[in-house]
Amino acid sequence: MPHDTLAFTGGFREPVFEAQSVFRTLMDCMARPGTVGSAAVAVAPPAPLCAAVGAVALTLCDNDTPVWLTPALAASALPGWLAFHAGASVTDDRQAARFAFVEKGAMLPDPGLFAQGTQEYPDRSTTLVVEIEAFTGGRPLTLTGPGIRTEEEFAPVGLPDMFVYFRAENRQNFPRGVDLILVAGDAVLCLPRTTVVRVKEA
Amino acid sequence: MTTADLATYNFAYLDEQTKRMIRRAILKAIAIPGYQVPFASREMPMPYGWGTGGVQVTAAILGPKDVLKVIDQGADDTTNAVSIRAFFQKVANVAVTTKTRAATIIQTRHRIPEEKLTSGQTLVYQVPIPEPLRFLEPRETETRKMHALEEYGLMHVKLYEDIARNGHIATTYAYPVKVEGRYVMDPSPTPKFDNPKMHMSEALQLFGAGREKRIYAVPPYTEVVSLDFEDHPFEIQTFDKPCALCGAQDVYLDEVVLDDRGGRMFVCSDTDHCEQRCASGHRGHLAHDKEAAE
Repeated sequence: MPHDTLAFTGGFREPVFEAQSVFRTLMDCMARPGTVGSAAVAVAPPAPLCAAVGAVALTLCDNDTPVWLTPALAASALPGWLAFHAGASVTDDRQAARFAFVEKGAMLPDPGLFAQGTQEYPDRSTTLVVEIEAFTGGRPLTLTGPGIRTEEEFAPVGLPDMFVYFRAENRQNFPRGVDLILVAGDAVLCLPRTTVVRVKEA
Repeated sequence: MTTADLATYNFAYLDEQTKRMIRRAILKAIAIPGYQVPFASREMPMPYGWGTGGVQVTAAILGPKDVLKVIDQGADDTTNAVSIRAFFQKVANVAVTTKTRAATIIQTRHRIPEEKLTSGQTLVYQVPIPEPLRFLEPRETETRKMHALEEYGLMHVKLYEDIARNGHIATTYAYPVKVEGRYVMDPSPTPKFDNPKMHMSEALQLFGAGREKRIYAVPPYTEVVSLDFEDHPFEIQTFDKPCALCGAQDVYLDEVVLDDRGGRMFVCSDTDHCEQRCASGHRGHLAHDKEAAE
């Protein structure tokens, strides 16, 4: 089967330094929501996952982190690729998933269905990694919260209209809630649970 | 440096799985400002209490492009700072500096540099006891519940008892703060003089407690408010004299005993800040003695 060999190629070439550089991008973006960072690393996960999301997966996932995949990703060669390069297992149980991956064009699952953490351990929640079309050109949204001096703005293409509602729901459960890593091409933008997302007033 | 001179460890000492575990904890810590994320702290080649938490956080975020500064009570040249700096030179071959401005990562034990930190910088604190409620309630199950329920009355009682006994809040270091209106956090044993610098800081602040196995964070532009009362507002220490070497005012000073006849001087705790000021011509009243001695 052609799928089988796909799993063995396309990992990090320099695992130590590439993982460090992708992590620093994620850390800076998580600390400064709305800031766009670059995760341009030459990894090649099986389609339909894009390179940057693959790089995020290899940076953060291992055998301690069950991963949830959308139906299209679960049907691709990705489970084998993740198992080979990261040692991460795939789970159907959204509550058990530490990370969830959503490819471009797939329906964004309701973040409320994933692990939210508990009031005592709010860190035990899922992090969603979602590929979208672009961070500009869509409906303008404003971002406020920790990490943002006054206000940030972005206009994502490829997120559902429900997104603002999902975020409001997520914010209500603070300190519980899921954190979001958005990817468009090689660019990364993070929305931790603390970030308040509003539709920009015209 | 040839590769033969490098220690035969992974870059920055920690193995990759440990780094991933710490990195995941850091991302969650940033997402929940002030909340203590448990992590599987490793044994480091130095004893607990020497900054193993800060060292593990630094090792997990450090890259070849970073410039590292390490301070111990504000000073670059004291034992803890020198040995941790040497450690990272050996295991990561990282560029080091004593200049606050030039550093991308500053690992600190109990001071925040006097110079304002900027957005490209990360401040890593070494934390001995991360739980601000620990001396009031020894049981982890209970303190965790108190954080979960946002039940911080006990902390206010403690500050109130300070006032009842001493007439003022006598806590001068590890002064509790509330982060973004939610979690009460121990800012590590920094003098309360430094608390206002944490508020709306441009730099990311990460806290690592190795023995207690906790990581927490304050993102940039985050509200950090020192707990107080309306009639006893939070105040920082003031000094009646300027620094004896550089004449700086409004900085944190260390007392240095000069002889056994009661002679003493007050100098900047932040050695880099003091040197920069001396280099640009500022002089305190004992600066001439220092020059003569050199």
